Amino acid sequence: MSLKTGERAAEIRKPVRKKKRWSREDTELALLGFPTFIWYILFCYLPMFGIIIAFKNYRIFPRKSFLYNLLHSDFVGFKNFKFFFNNKSFTMLLRNTLLYNIVFIILGIVIPVALALMINELYSKRKSKVYQTMMFFPHFLSWVVVSYFVFAFLNVNYGLLNKLVIALGGTRHQWYAEAQYWPLFFVLLKIWKGTGYSMVVYLASITGIDGSLYEAAMLDGATKWQQAKFITLPMLKTVIVMMFILSVGGIFASDFGLFYQVTQGVPNSLYKVASTFDTYVYSALQSNASIGKTAAVSTFQSVACCITILTANFIVSKIDSDSAVF
Amino acid sequence: MKKEDKAYSLQINRVKPWTNAAYNLLFAILAACAILPVIFVFMISISSEESIRQVGYSFFPVQFSNKAYAFLWNERSTILGALTVSVGVTCIGTLLGLTLTTAMGYSLSRPEFRLKKFYTWVIFIPMLFSGGLVASYVVNANILKLRNTIWVLILPLAVSSYNIVICKTFFRSTVPEGIVESAMIDGASQLRIFTSIVIPISKPLLATISLFLCFGYWNDWFLSSLYISKKNLISLQALLNNIMRSLEYMTNNPTAGVSLQQYRAQMPSESVRMAIAIVIVIPIACAYPFFQKYFISGLTIGAVKG
Repeated sequence: MSLKTGERAAEIRKPVRKKKRWSREDTELALLGFPTFIWYILFCYLPMFGIIIAFKNYRIFPRKSFLYNLLHSDFVGFKNFKFFFNNKSFTMLLRNTLLYNIVFIILGIVIPVALALMINELYSKRKSKVYQTMMFFPHFLSWVVVSYFVFAFLNVNYGLLNKLVIALGGTRHQWYAEAQYWPLFFVLLKIWKGTGYSMVVYLASITGIDGSLYEAAMLDGATKWQQAKFITLPMLKTVIVMMFILSVGGIFASDFGLFYQVTQGVPNSLYKVASTFDTYVYSALQSNASIGKTAAVSTFQSVACCITILTANFIVSKIDSDSAVF
Repeated sequence: MKKEDKAYSLQINRVKPWTNAAYNLLFAILAACAILPVIFVFMISISSEESIRQVGYSFFPVQFSNKAYAFLWNERSTILGALTVSVGVTCIGTLLGLTLTTAMGYSLSRPEFRLKKFYTWVIFIPMLFSGGLVASYVVNANILKLRNTIWVLILPLAVSSYNIVICKTFFRSTVPEGIVESAMIDGASQLRIFTSIVIPISKPLLATISLFLCFGYWNDWFLSSLYISKKNLISLQALLNNIMRSLEYMTNNPTAGVSLQQYRAQMPSESVRMAIAIVIVIPIACAYPFFQKYFISGLTIGAVKG
């Protein structure tokens, strides 16, 4: 147990707490966090092992438990995945999921940031608060409720949109059967629901910017536009990049309620425009489709999401390490 | 003197009056767009069936009627049942979630905690990777046997890593280290410190987290639609969901068919749907303006890198 003098000196110089052994506090804190830890095991880590279903040809043995079935089903490697990749729906699902998400991500950043910049310039702060509160509202509604709103607009016989179309001299549309309009509806609804919320997030960051920067810029004769471009946007960069990485991480996942509830369960007529990985998995779960093949789809989704978020974060950290999320 | 200078500089660093007017107009329109659908649906819910047949869904019905709400009142056993489930799930879930989230957040906020790294990884990994819907479904339904129990509506939503990070950041930045240390010197246990010192001074955080949880539970229909087929466990959102597609609901769940047949026979069908939507929206519409600031504070705490 003899230490060299240098080491011993280093030992002494270290703060006492570093040397601390397992103490009563540690036990207590571990216990305090333990229920949550169990929750994570049950609801996050067990499902992670559940992905082995995707590699099995799951069979049901009569009167046996699920685990028995799972363990005694044949291991089929990537066959379930191959089946899905060769399925003709795959390209359509991939295209829909990615394209919608890309549009949502871009508009979900550009519009709220622009609006936040504008609302910040209003003379009356009281009015600005009222607008914010009203625009925040749709965020608190579930897609089920929103689907009723949409129904009120798109109903064939009584809906507002058909009344408008007819008043303008058009003919009645069966909106729920006409696929060509739905991409637009999805985008509008997504913006309608999410813009107020994101705008308030960005506005909170804008109001946190040091006001003296603007004063200095103004004294140097900067216009409002220049102030926005050279002060506000650079200061917002971190938040924008963070929101971007987080939403890119979900690029293979879709807003299930938007596509499933609002279209009233993805009718056949809208199958090509409203199907995403999530609606596909959900419908497969509700039907008698093979659970192994369905699990392959949702496993593919999780893996793809994980890879995208790590890649996005890696790229951002290469360009500007301060903006990376982790 | 300084203050006047600042006020003056703010005064001249404004957008031009006509720009302000244009912005005001734009935001007035956007704000109206955000809430008009609710008003529209409300107007439909108080229109008479006759009026709907004549002029369709309209902001200005030709005839008003309280039939839809009277119908809901007659059907109050179903509605109240669903309401009880919704309220119960929301209350229990929020309490449970709040406990689990803050306890873990506190553990992680203690700098000397030996398992800190381990616990941090435990909550971090699920932020990147999850088993996916099918695996979760299989685990909840077949291994944990939660199908058709109230717990399947509560447990899966109780904890989120994001909320834990908010808690950790808040505790670390707002709870003074000195208080905790002096309590430790006085021999208080960590549980004691957590419940009688940290929690009482973290009310804004508790408000934020409980609001996130509350709205999450109140608005959830997805878990219901996956796991619940028993009629007495249907929540308001699930009820709304089922009524929208009542025919499908009947074919999928023959056991629940009887009451749905009644529904279809008696309903002032057009306005009733909208009335139920209004019943769900009203608590939210009344509550959220007061709590909005806690949401925003939660979002900004969350934005701090932790």
